[in-house]
Amino acid sequence: MSTDHARTDHAHTDHAHTDYTHYGTGDPIADTKAPEGPIAERWDRRRFEAKLVNPANRRKHTVIVVGTGLAGGAAGATLAEQGYHVVQFCFSDSPRRAHSIAAQGGINAAKNYRNDGDSVHRLFYDTVKGGDFRARESNVHRLAQISVEIIDQCVAQGVPFAREYGGLLDTRSFGGVQVSRTFYARGQTGQQLLLGAYQALSRQIAAGNVEMHARTEMLDLITVDGVARGIVARDLITGKVSTYYADAVVLASGGYGNVFYLSTNAMNSNATAVWRAHRRGAYFANPCFTQIHPTCIPRTGEHQSKLTLMSESLRNDGRIWVPKAQGDTRPAAQIPEAERDYYLERIYPSFGNLVPRDIASRAAKNVCDEGRGVGPGGQGVYLDFADAIRRMGRDKVAEKYGNLFDMYERITAENPYEVPMRIYPAVHYTMGGLWVDYDLQTTVPGLFAIGEANFSDHGANRLGASALMQGLGDGYFVLPSTINDYLARHPHQEAVDDTHPEAAAAVREVRDCLAKLLAVDGDRTPDSFHREIGELMWEYCGMSRTEEGLRKALARIPEIREEFWRRIKVPGSGEEFNQSLEKANRIVDYLELAELMCLDALHRAESCGGHFREESQTPDGEAARRDEEFGYAAAWEYQGTGAAPVLHKEDLVFEYVHPTQRSYA
Amino acid sequence: MRLNLRVWRQQNPGAPGAMVTYEVDGISRDMSFLEMLDTLNEDLILRGEDPVAFDHDCREGICGACSLVINGDAHGPERTTTCQLHMRSFADGDTIDVEPWRAAAFPVVKDLVVDRGAFDRIIQAGGYITAPTGSAPEAHATAVPKADADSAFEHAECIGCGACVAACPNGSAMLFTSAKVNHLNVLPQGSPERETRVLDMVARMDDEGFGGCTLTGECATACPKGIPLPSIAAMNREWLRAVRKHGGN
Repeated sequence: MSTDHARTDHAHTDHAHTDYTHYGTGDPIADTKAPEGPIAERWDRRRFEAKLVNPANRRKHTVIVVGTGLAGGAAGATLAEQGYHVVQFCFSDSPRRAHSIAAQGGINAAKNYRNDGDSVHRLFYDTVKGGDFRARESNVHRLAQISVEIIDQCVAQGVPFAREYGGLLDTRSFGGVQVSRTFYARGQTGQQLLLGAYQALSRQIAAGNVEMHARTEMLDLITVDGVARGIVARDLITGKVSTYYADAVVLASGGYGNVFYLSTNAMNSNATAVWRAHRRGAYFANPCFTQIHPTCIPRTGEHQSKLTLMSESLRNDGRIWVPKAQGDTRPAAQIPEAERDYYLERIYPSFGNLVPRDIASRAAKNVCDEGRGVGPGGQGVYLDFADAIRRMGRDKVAEKYGNLFDMYERITAENPYEVPMRIYPAVHYTMGGLWVDYDLQTTVPGLFAIGEANFSDHGANRLGASALMQGLGDGYFVLPSTINDYLARHPHQEAVDDTHPEAAAAVREVRDCLAKLLAVDGDRTPDSFHREIGELMWEYCGMSRTEEGLRKALARIPEIREEFWRRIKVPGSGEEFNQSLEKANRIVDYLELAELMCLDALHRAESCGGHFREESQTPDGEAARRDEEFGYAAAWEYQGTGAAPVLHKEDLVFEYVHPTQRSYA
Repeated sequence: MRLNLRVWRQQNPGAPGAMVTYEVDGISRDMSFLEMLDTLNEDLILRGEDPVAFDHDCREGICGACSLVINGDAHGPERTTTCQLHMRSFADGDTIDVEPWRAAAFPVVKDLVVDRGAFDRIIQAGGYITAPTGSAPEAHATAVPKADADSAFEHAECIGCGACVAACPNGSAMLFTSAKVNHLNVLPQGSPERETRVLDMVARMDDEGFGGCTLTGECATACPKGIPLPSIAAMNREWLRAVRKHGGN
């Protein structure tokens, strides 16, 4: 193991270095599960080479699934249909509330129903390119192949996709691509897909094949001799901490965008399941790859608890602009056409308002930084439907976007049919996550990660309408095939119970952490710490990052952590329904994860996708990748709170899509 | 804004509850109702008191978690979810009553949090189409008339919040149940299980202790997603049709 500093181009010696930045570089890591050979045949070959579990033996295997969103709901239902005994968890009162439900725009599939030149290969190509060449080709190609089956599956379940008058499925084009491959259900595609998975899961619950634990949160992973064998979970109503054991554990617990406090994630979405798995040995890959969504409703004040996304499908018909002049405070209607800057159409004439999310977000930040932003605090740009209403008529606009317009009006008390919407970027999705191989297995044998919880398919930037595709692809089709191989190769695991030292230690650590939180009895609320860490991350690890800023954040995070354990106040006890305790316990993990995100962003001294390092840009201000040095996924191995982690690099090989500098001009 | 809140406090399902009065100050008109409660809770924590428990998650009106009766109305004065209700709907100095859903089938867990597990069990009784993963035909194999697809969608919009039950003087779950029955029964894919679905879901609904429907229409008025009242009549037709075909229930 060699030891090197966080790479820097310009050695800054005037900032305090914490030991944390002196990370070591360990052995490279590689996926060994994707077969060789033509990429279009790899998934077939893997499914053929994977061992199977005899159907009669499947009911003897227990699989734990944590989370009930698109990935978890689909996986739980499908594993149960195959005959496995599934024990499933969600922290909400019902599996139907998982945050996948809030996805608005749509789901991509290479059906080529429009005969517009789409194909599996094009979806594969678009996804690798859109991810700025930081994803694994084998995984992405498989996702594109599976996309067509997902649509078939959802239609069979009764998902009410939008249809044409002839009764066939409608599609639309979506941010960053030039074909119409996005299937949708008005602005509520995530809701409808999630309810499809929830209903399939409900059928299996009723059949006794899934044991569902709602309002129960995973607080640790139980490993025995390095193999995942169960979890520690807390019943959120009674506060009881219990253990659950299984032959394999699947994490489908979503992303970690809530580390930023303000994001489009649900209030309870959190990183605890993946982070505690990371602490037990699962490598965390590309944590700095976060997606800032360009079309969210700007914040109104300090009280803001979360941000609301407006589907980027709005960019199909809305035109984005700001005044040409700085500090122009006239109402939008009084600014003549000649004094408006439709900056995306100007800078990117061929993609215009449909450029990928990272590009659209950064462009909005740039015009606001220039003092041309609109609305309170100048932190907003216009998204204007006046032309669309003239062209299509108000009714057609209402049919396409009515629910989004209503939502906007409810929140802002402004009518977007009359005045342009104001939008600003917000944290939306995390491409990073637990490192997984082609089988979606983490570096802990028997521990799998699916959906947003893993790092696999979107590289450094996710294209619109691809999260639903990946969540359902992992849950319905990939994991249920690949997990067989693991279970078949580990057929008769010795039973584990609470007397096992490793299980007892995990329970003890969970109880100790909760007890410690309750014992501090300080003078600051959990939210006050969450807001503080979130603002720090938005400032220094948000839309644009610099070495100087990241080092500031890395110096500050341990101080916040120290203050947290001195001043946190959690009322009540651990033996009851205690939402403050839940929150504080999640912040414990954000305070470590934030540090790793900043370190990852510091070490990756290139710009790629959603990760923009100001030191690495082209003369015209676009992200400049440095493939020679950074053409790898960074998988970090945990070494302890505040201790420098170890970096393992997975070299990314591009056999089919040759890396080029992305161009959307 | 300065407000007087009268909030239902109940330590656990077995304990007696009571309305407790709190004063909150410095409330912005742009706050959502839940952000106003966040403000109250921050104060309570710092004063060493137990913050008010309430369910919430997405805060954009789609997950269905939030569930408050505000001044006697499920989700308050606007036709929306509690999380999308903003303080501009209230006036400075108002007194606002905040209570949980009240229905026999939704027991209180703590304060404003109730147990809506009965809804999950109604879905488990038949609110699905049996289509195991991998068994699906090509999506375009069956065309669905746009009117049917739109009708299915309109009913599928239900977010399972329970406002319909909370608003109903009988605590009936007919609107919730009919939304799912009509979503699935109108589609060709849902047709093979059309009769068993409605019979099993209605039977489960009755077993869960929801009240009967007397068509007062409060449910549809309170529904934040606009599930229409005729949905109930359509389910009754489905049910009668199924009884005629299958007999009994």
